[in-house]
Amino acid sequence: MKAAKTICYWLGGFGVWLLLTWSLAPASLIAGAVVALVAALVFGRDLPLNPLRLFNPVRWFWVLVYIPVFGYMVIKANIDVALRVLSPGLQLKPGIVKIRTTLKSDIARTFLANSITLTPGTLTVEIKDDLLYIHWIEVRTEDAAEAGRLIKGPFEKLLARIFE
Amino acid sequence: MTETIGWVFIIGGVAFNLLGCLGLVRFPDLYNRMQAATKSVTLGTCGILFGIFLMTGFSAIGIKALVVILFVLINLPVASHALSRGSLQFGVKLWRGTIRDMFTEDRGGRSIIETGEGEEK
Repeated sequence: MKAAKTICYWLGGFGVWLLLTWSLAPASLIAGAVVALVAALVFGRDLPLNPLRLFNPVRWFWVLVYIPVFGYMVIKANIDVALRVLSPGLQLKPGIVKIRTTLKSDIARTFLANSITLTPGTLTVEIKDDLLYIHWIEVRTEDAAEAGRLIKGPFEKLLARIFE
Repeated sequence: MTETIGWVFIIGGVAFNLLGCLGLVRFPDLYNRMQAATKSVTLGTCGILFGIFLMTGFSAIGIKALVVILFVLINLPVASHALSRGSLQFGVKLWRGTIRDMFTEDRGGRSIIETGEGEEK
């Protein structure tokens, strides 16, 4: 498992190197392979992904579903912020609420927190185990279950399909 | 044609960045400002980078722009989370219009919501 993780990390690091340098000159390829190998040997075992799941096409299908949903929410969030910034009276009713998540792995929770931060009116300020504290620019409900439904939207289900 | 669309993305991105800065000035406390800054700046910067990608195509510059979009999307929310979490634990005040602060309630500390003394009167 550790070796598989290191190899995945090495492949990923080398891929990023190829994209960033965008050249196939031998010197560049060798330097990239060596640097990626060093990074993989140092950080590879901390890779928060399961190598067996990394090549599962069903999970990649859900990644493809996740991307447009995420893009739509980001644009909605920006229109929401733009309207609030431009409205003369500043329509704010902020507060910090807590919600629970059913996601178990760290990487899935990280992505959930990031998605929440980029969606309309919400900002993740703290995670403790399965509790997420959210700064909400317009608190519509203080009930944890109802707030969770409103804030998490479609993300939790999608991330569960991708990571768990 | 793609160049024109690229310019549309760049101008749109700049507009969203500008709105983010306006929010930074107009919103009342750190946490609300962080919201405006994170969301608008993420989309604005990604828009500018995507415009660059459209204008240069699959070249060294265009691909770098795409990779940077990915890094920005992953790292900006993490940075704003770290800043707001640190501020909250350090006790930076919430705006007086804040209706609930479950974090401080759960931690059992004193309320850090502004009382409005000294500013209004």
